[in-house]
Amino acid sequence: MIGTSELRLDGNAIGGLLLELFGAELTAAPCVCGSCGAREEMARLDVYLGAGIVVRCRHCEGVMLRIVQGHGQTWLDLSGVGSLELSSQ
Amino acid sequence: MTWLAADVAASREETPRVRTLELDVPDWPGHRAGQHLDVRLTAEDGYQAERSYSIASAPGDGVTLTVERLDDGEVSPYLVDEAREGDRVEVRGPIGGYFVWDGDEPEPVLLVGGGSGVVPLAAMARQRARVGSTAPMKLLRSSRTIEEVIYREELDALAGGGFEVVHTLTRSQPPGWTGYSRRIDRELLAEVAWPASESPRVYVCGSTRFVDAAADGLLQAGYDARWIRTERFGATG
Repeated sequence: MIGTSELRLDGNAIGGLLLELFGAELTAAPCVCGSCGAREEMARLDVYLGAGIVVRCRHCEGVMLRIVQGHGQTWLDLSGVGSLELSSQ
Repeated sequence: MTWLAADVAASREETPRVRTLELDVPDWPGHRAGQHLDVRLTAEDGYQAERSYSIASAPGDGVTLTVERLDDGEVSPYLVDEAREGDRVEVRGPIGGYFVWDGDEPEPVLLVGGGSGVVPLAAMARQRARVGSTAPMKLLRSSRTIEEVIYREELDALAGGGFEVVHTLTRSQPPGWTGYSRRIDRELLAEVAWPASESPRVYVCGSTRFVDAAADGLLQAGYDARWIRTERFGATG
């Protein structure tokens, strides 16, 4: 049996998926939490993998992203992200 | 980003549960030390499963993975027990721009790895040797038993010239063991880690529980949270 804490990973775990969805490396991209305003790189956010993916702020635990994939579709909820900074390199 | 064909060019057993696979990926764009890639397997009925694995090799030295078998996993049992020379999988990567160390910074580096969490850290140690970096580097690694220490001879042999390996064995120790013999805690980190005054770069990789414990201990030792880069791996490989 896997405890809840072992289900919590970090943004590194969805780097490949984000690369596929956005066409850019995002694990080093700073994200601002829409709830508390904390700014952290994607890799420093809490990621929960289950039937879908939930990304939470490591400070306030507010939901920042939700991603569900199936039947050839991706459903992406970014409503908890205040902003996302992409490197132009 | 597309999936690339990857053929197993060679493989070797590291421990009974861990195997290193050298992949031949003709279209590989190159990678940085610490990055990972995704492996995708496709069953005959079309079912696909994918998991992330750290790249063990230094940049410019091919694409090597070291995989630990998780018994209820969908991908790791195949990679450890079945994949052999000539077998083909698909890979996507390299992935990650956060948990990386290029070897061009002078600051001291502390690498903390639990079990197979040592894999991306080994890429950094190999990178240090490859580029001739003089940044002081310590690798603190926690393993259950001496038999489960991945890359033990190779990494211990890299020691010297500013690179040091510190072991702790948490479950059992061989006769005459002089290393640590407990889980990584605040006191152990205080003894091993660079002084906070040196503003070290820190990379911690392992299970969520391991990473949280190590990061908490480093914060208590006065480290700034911004110095500590972590990568947690899951229990469903």
